[in-house]
Amino acid sequence: MSDARLSVFKTYKLYVGGKFPRSESGRVYEVTDAKGKWLANAPQGSRKDARDAVVAARKAFGGWSGATAYNRGQILYRIAEMLEGRKDQFVREVADAEGLSKSKAAVIVDAAIDRWVWYAGWTDKIAQVVGGANPVAGPYFNLSSPEPTGVVTVLAPQESSFLGLISVVAPVIATGNTVIVIASENSPLPALSLGEVLATSDLPGGVVNILSGRTAEIAAPLAAHQDVNAIDLAGADDVLAKELEIAAADNLKRVLRPQPVDYNETPGIDRLTPFLETKTVWHPTGSLGASGSSY
Amino acid sequence: MASAFEYAPAPESRAVVDIAPSYGLFIDGEFTEAAEGKVFKTVSPSTEEVLSEIAQAGEADVDRAVKAARKAFEKWSALPGSERAKYLFRIARIIQERSRELAVLETLDNGKPIKETRDADLPLVAAHFFYYAGWADKLDHAGFGANPQPLGVAGQVIPWNFPLLMLAWKIAPALATGNTVVLKPAETTPLSALFFADICRQAGLPKGVVNILPGYGDTGAALVAHPDVNKVAFTGSTAVGKAIARQVAGTTKKVTLELGGKGANIVFDDAPIDQAVEGIVTGIFFNQGQVCCAGSRLLVQESIQDELLDSLKRRLSTLRLGDPLDKNTDIGAINSAEQLSRITTLVEQGEAEGAERWSPSCELPSSGYWFAPTLFTNVTQAHTVARDEIFGPVLSVLTFRTPEEAVAKANNSQYGLSAGIWTEKGSRILAVASKLRAGVIWSNTFNKFDPTSPFGGYKESGFGREGGRHGLEAYLDV
Repeated sequence: MSDARLSVFKTYKLYVGGKFPRSESGRVYEVTDAKGKWLANAPQGSRKDARDAVVAARKAFGGWSGATAYNRGQILYRIAEMLEGRKDQFVREVADAEGLSKSKAAVIVDAAIDRWVWYAGWTDKIAQVVGGANPVAGPYFNLSSPEPTGVVTVLAPQESSFLGLISVVAPVIATGNTVIVIASENSPLPALSLGEVLATSDLPGGVVNILSGRTAEIAAPLAAHQDVNAIDLAGADDVLAKELEIAAADNLKRVLRPQPVDYNETPGIDRLTPFLETKTVWHPTGSLGASGSSY
Repeated sequence: MASAFEYAPAPESRAVVDIAPSYGLFIDGEFTEAAEGKVFKTVSPSTEEVLSEIAQAGEADVDRAVKAARKAFEKWSALPGSERAKYLFRIARIIQERSRELAVLETLDNGKPIKETRDADLPLVAAHFFYYAGWADKLDHAGFGANPQPLGVAGQVIPWNFPLLMLAWKIAPALATGNTVVLKPAETTPLSALFFADICRQAGLPKGVVNILPGYGDTGAALVAHPDVNKVAFTGSTAVGKAIARQVAGTTKKVTLELGGKGANIVFDDAPIDQAVEGIVTGIFFNQGQVCCAGSRLLVQESIQDELLDSLKRRLSTLRLGDPLDKNTDIGAINSAEQLSRITTLVEQGEAEGAERWSPSCELPSSGYWFAPTLFTNVTQAHTVARDEIFGPVLSVLTFRTPEEAVAKANNSQYGLSAGIWTEKGSRILAVASKLRAGVIWSNTFNKFDPTSPFGGYKESGFGREGGRHGLEAYLDV
């Protein structure tokens, strides 16, 4: 018998509605590191898992979108706090997933933590940047404010398994949407572990739902789903992106097409605004003109 | 019901507008025949009189217009914003100068009352050009970063309900941001767009910056599909909007869509009833209800249903339907035979499904396309008349008991363009407004528009906003 202690493997699970289910399909697929060494069996999510995630995301939408922006900011910052404490785990997982040295992976994990902090600060500022009073030519109070569009499906970037993932998920929830994210197909483990962080970060269950599996297989029913309001195609290749955009037209989902992004750069507001609707509210001010009535 | 107020006819003179017997396409600053030589007739919906014969653009014409716009784009986008602004200011001023002529023209071609074209459409058209003119040299300060760039050639397809206003909504921001445009007006209302071509000439606008291609849906489809169009802007039906969204999938074309609606107009028990009744009338009978943001679903609190409906019916009995050129006309003609038949079919379906139909006694003219103002009561959410956009002077009345129920019913729609709230309680207005899933909420008013105010929908009412600072985004590479 060897002296070495046998390590305990982790069973990776999906993160849906604040819980950690195995895939409904009972399927798993083999995840390897950059050199082809077996790392874990990840759940291979199915259409049913995707539909369950939509139900969870829709259920969570009212509470999350109705929370104050300050509260959302607090929770996003809390996620950064939780990640900071589990940095070593993510450095190891990112290094394995992307074939990086520990030091390079550490830089990425630091950047990912800082990204949560960046978006935590945006929750209560974006409305002032993109909304405002409209000086209409009449006796009306007229205000435009941004509101979340609803349930958003995100295809996480394929190559950047952690920083890329967080770069596309954080802005969607910062603005009050709820999200179903499909992890990088070949490197889903950092995403699945992120679920464990989110579950301990005061984030209400269902706000973020994380699925792993074959991107194209899971994305197709989500792009066509009538209760999904938007789709971010970051992790789709051109062929898949076109196919999903066509499916998304059925209920006029908001579509963010894939575009070249350097996830190491500090982002602007480009990923905050595509999942916002502008609501404009009119009300008469005191003078009601011809009717003669006044305040 | 015999009215206590009989009005003598007060028709606006149509002598102020000179309609030519035929018009060509407007490409590269010139009027030209369609390549295939096809033409169609545009008629006055109130009389069925043929107003003019219009060249019908085909694929080759679309290609020619896009090429002209592409060529013009180089110089137009390179102009200092302050110079582009001056062209737009000129256009705004010429529209103001010619507004009586344009109002009469629009009423003749569209069928809507002169009261509306004169007092709503035309002032707003001029105001839009004036507003966006001022943005042209201030784009660096619009919040889209320094030096935001135009997209290129914009293909724009507009509907027949507000022909000139929709043209203004599309062309003013496009030109202000440095794009050039190819615009397809609707087949039933091409005239004001062609008159606009003449305004471009008077303003000295460089050739090719604005191109006008009258035609049917296939012309619009060819424009949307053209590979050298960088931006698609469409206002019209949700079905066509979805087809466009599919068409542009996988391309780099930027798209904005302003589509259908089934606006809920919610009246609470503490609402000022007289004002609410006026707002309901404005909400659904303005432009014969042919308005995407019409308040076509009246949600009235159960306790005041009888009082409100009595008031509303009394008010509807005083509406005057008839000659749109008469300054006293409230309800004009339906835009086309096709639209009239769509309204008729849906209303018959409403009756067949068991909703109760009511109209004031109302004599309809013998020629032209007319539909009396109509109310449906005993409507449930499952009824077709409560779900489908009718795009006509037809109001479906539903009831509710609590604010929560009102919100749930209002949001129970594929659409999310507009909504109205009537109550004297401020906190209720703000709470309900924040819960409604719609892009424009009018509280204690309805159907107000302004160039500084963003307009556009949630859900299947489309995406993007027109108007205001938000309207610039659709035409900038941001």
